Amino acid sequence: MNELYRKPASELAQMLRNGEVSSVELTKLFLDRSEKLNPLTNSYLVINRESALEQAANADQMIAAGNTPSALTGVPIAVKDNLTTTDAITTAGSKILENYLPQYDSTVVSKLRAAGMPILGKTNLDEFAMGSSTEFSAFGPSKNPWDLERIPGGSGGGSSSAVSGFLAPIAVGSDTGGSIRFPAAVTGSVGAKPTYGAVSRYGLIALASSLDQVGPVTNDVNDAALLQDIIAGHDPMDSTSLPESLGQMAEFAKNNDVKGLRVGVIKQLASDGFHPGVKARFDESIQLLTDAGAQIVEVDCPSFEYAVSAYYLILPAEASSNLARFDSVRFGKRVLPEGNPTIERVMAATREAGFGPEVKRRIILGTYALSSGYYDAYYGSAQKVRTLIQQDFEKAFAAADVLISPTAPTTAFKFGEKLDDPLAMYLNDIATIPANLAGIPGISVPNGLAENDLPSGLQILAPAMKDGLMYSAAAGIEKLHTDKWGKRMIDFAPELGVN
Amino acid sequence: MAKAELMDFDKAIEKFEVVIGLEVHVELNTKTKMFCGCANVFGNEPNTNVCPVCLGLPGALPVVNGKAVESSIAIGLALNCSIAKDGRFARKNYFYPDLSKNFQTSQYDEPIAYEGELDVPVASGKVFTVGIERAHMEEDAGKLTHVGGAGRIQGAEYSLVDFNRAGVPLVEIVTKPIFGAEAEAPELASAYVRQIREIVRAMDVSDARMERGNVRCDANVSLRPRGQEKLGTRTETKNVNSLRSVENAVRYEIQRQAAILESGGTITQETRHWHEDKKYTSAGRPKSDADDYRYFPEPDLVPVQPTDDEIEKIRALLPENPASRRARLQSDWGMSDNEFRDIVNSDLLDEVDATVSLGASPQASKKWWTGEIARIANVEGKEFTELAVTPSDVAELEKMIESGKLNDRLAREALAGVIAGEGSVSEVMNSRGLEVVSDDGALTAAVDKALAEQPDVLEKIKAGKEQAAGAIIGAVMKEMRGQADAARVRELILERAKA
Repeated sequence: MNELYRKPASELAQMLRNGEVSSVELTKLFLDRSEKLNPLTNSYLVINRESALEQAANADQMIAAGNTPSALTGVPIAVKDNLTTTDAITTAGSKILENYLPQYDSTVVSKLRAAGMPILGKTNLDEFAMGSSTEFSAFGPSKNPWDLERIPGGSGGGSSSAVSGFLAPIAVGSDTGGSIRFPAAVTGSVGAKPTYGAVSRYGLIALASSLDQVGPVTNDVNDAALLQDIIAGHDPMDSTSLPESLGQMAEFAKNNDVKGLRVGVIKQLASDGFHPGVKARFDESIQLLTDAGAQIVEVDCPSFEYAVSAYYLILPAEASSNLARFDSVRFGKRVLPEGNPTIERVMAATREAGFGPEVKRRIILGTYALSSGYYDAYYGSAQKVRTLIQQDFEKAFAAADVLISPTAPTTAFKFGEKLDDPLAMYLNDIATIPANLAGIPGISVPNGLAENDLPSGLQILAPAMKDGLMYSAAAGIEKLHTDKWGKRMIDFAPELGVN
Repeated sequence: MAKAELMDFDKAIEKFEVVIGLEVHVELNTKTKMFCGCANVFGNEPNTNVCPVCLGLPGALPVVNGKAVESSIAIGLALNCSIAKDGRFARKNYFYPDLSKNFQTSQYDEPIAYEGELDVPVASGKVFTVGIERAHMEEDAGKLTHVGGAGRIQGAEYSLVDFNRAGVPLVEIVTKPIFGAEAEAPELASAYVRQIREIVRAMDVSDARMERGNVRCDANVSLRPRGQEKLGTRTETKNVNSLRSVENAVRYEIQRQAAILESGGTITQETRHWHEDKKYTSAGRPKSDADDYRYFPEPDLVPVQPTDDEIEKIRALLPENPASRRARLQSDWGMSDNEFRDIVNSDLLDEVDATVSLGASPQASKKWWTGEIARIANVEGKEFTELAVTPSDVAELEKMIESGKLNDRLAREALAGVIAGEGSVSEVMNSRGLEVVSDDGALTAAVDKALAEQPDVLEKIKAGKEQAAGAIIGAVMKEMRGQADAARVRELILERAKA
């Protein structure tokens, strides 16, 4: 039988309701593991023992009173450190926010608190979520529990390594171009990016406002659906949050029959550039789907060729503006330059010392792309590509219910391998970026071991607002895999700290 | 800085054609700020009306104030503008310590209102049709107080920021270039601002108090030699905070620029500051057309999309246009141009109108407001709006006069009591004992006494010299302490003398 800490959140929640375990016991278990193992994985920037245990005691009272406000009441959770919390410093992985304690809880965190989910701590990320490996975190990279010499994906590598290393049963991440899905793929976990606007961004430290979306990082599809149900919903504090409910994802996830499902394979994301092992696992999954009665169709998305380029204009443009507020005037780090400390020089010295190299690279890129005389050529053209990609998706979804591709071209790479080659790093996100540009939902589910016996991921995309369909298809594919492998992919994850 | 060399105004107009352009910022009087729920009030303790949104804290997001949008549409309609059916906000990016996010949320290429016009009459009777380029919504910045260094940012020891004003809703109204005003350009500029102020006050969308900065004007002035087609280089004189200053500043810039051009110099394109105390402008920062604010559509907000229905509802609620209202009132009241201009120029139209509609005659209403009340305001060095007297007080005063309960002298005393805060007209009359004595018994006794004391006068009256009665009236009025109806006293004297 599995250890308690390796169980899915849904099972833990059931045990809590049955009185087999208390939230305080469970939270202690994960806090103890985290404190012991975090030196290996660097998943957490902050472990919040006191506050988590307090919340766990509250959850136990709710459960004892028979009043469980959510399906996961009492289950502790890890939160990416770009979501504001009033009881834990929130750094977004940046020196400029070192020791910054927010004055308000992000909407997602408020919802987790209302749901009775104790927050174990804040997980590591590339600085301001800019990166695919956590190597751009100002506080050191997180490690992949499958191989501690390899990256856990990024930017949400803290959450993915916490979940796959069982330092947390479930976690929250944010996805701007793949920051939930890529880390999930390389750690054998499940990561979902809901439809843009399904989850409030209020209190999410913005990277690129039109692309950012908060979502679940979990051990299985059902857990992801349950967590999306908890964090989703209209928020009057976020003008871009959807006014309507998308339904109960957990109900959709129960419908896991892929028979008759029209599954589109994106031509542009099924050929060049994918490692042979990754490609082989993908082809095997297509076969599994076919055998199970799904209808496979090939779809053509010619504009995807320009997706990465468009993304790396839109994202830096928005980020350059979003990050302007980090100026030392009202909060955060303040650096006094030598000589006369005029406001311009203090702002410049603070930003020089407070931002890391990738953040500076993107601020400069974005500032340039928005400059008068270049706006039309760069930002303007990128927005046109964005429209074309949306049109590609519209056509594709006329032919298919959901679309699939490998989540990423490779399995986890070694630290330093792509650090000096931004373009190679950016191409990791080639399959995940289009969903952000179009605002549609996407999920990565484990797709078997590929190169170096490491996990690879399968991405499922659905039309905007059809998150339910995405969860149904994901649950269907997960079931085919579990039936084939005899257990879930996460169950293959190594035991940390044994040797 | 010393005053620049100036050319005689008439000579400047003879040599050059004046082109002006006006940007008027109107602060809306909504209960809350443009993008958050903080109170929009003037004069509170610094940094008390602030929240994560208007402080630009990490993760905070804006939400548009629907009432501010309605007010902006109303202003647009009052200026005969078209209203945008799909208007986006834009970010105007620049670093300044009073700007919490280091970008101002504004509108750029999609203003809420565009292409309008406004008829502006000047003293000569000429009416100029001023073209309105656009009216757009934006947020105000915070307020900086520089300590040391003569209150300027350069050389200040330190500066304090008050963010109470940050996020206060503004509508910026921009005219098209105004040609052909010639010598009337300075007057037209102030008449235009006056009219904007009247319009927004009539609609109750702004408190419209220039001394508080509710209405602020930036005046663009350029000159070109007669016959030249190309526009001259312009200067923009900022934040001219009274109607008189608008006129003076435009006049000054015309004379200053003319002197420079005449001596073969060139105008520097720059912002200038108006110094009302010493009546001159000084150079601010250079402003080139290449100022790069890196505008781009605000991704945190959805477009403003008013329906035809909503627009028509707002239109139906618009008060009468002040210009046509003036024409109507002047004709209703049967006043000459001079009489009517007296009221308008004293800014008393609303008060007189209200007094008339409460039953007083137009002439009497005018007399009280532009006479005694204006005199008291002048003596006390206050705006008449600051005096504790209302149209209903004046109407009551007139009623008392018409019914013979007050005479002119007593009415002045009653008014003084009202302004001193002693209550309504009738309350002041009671407490000060101000009613005209209409008891014939008491008056007859006083008349008899006076006649007995001046037998020579009595003889003259008996002899038919009725004008001699004046001396007796004086004595009676003195006896009655002025509280007698002089006409009735005269009647009684003649009656008794002939008896």
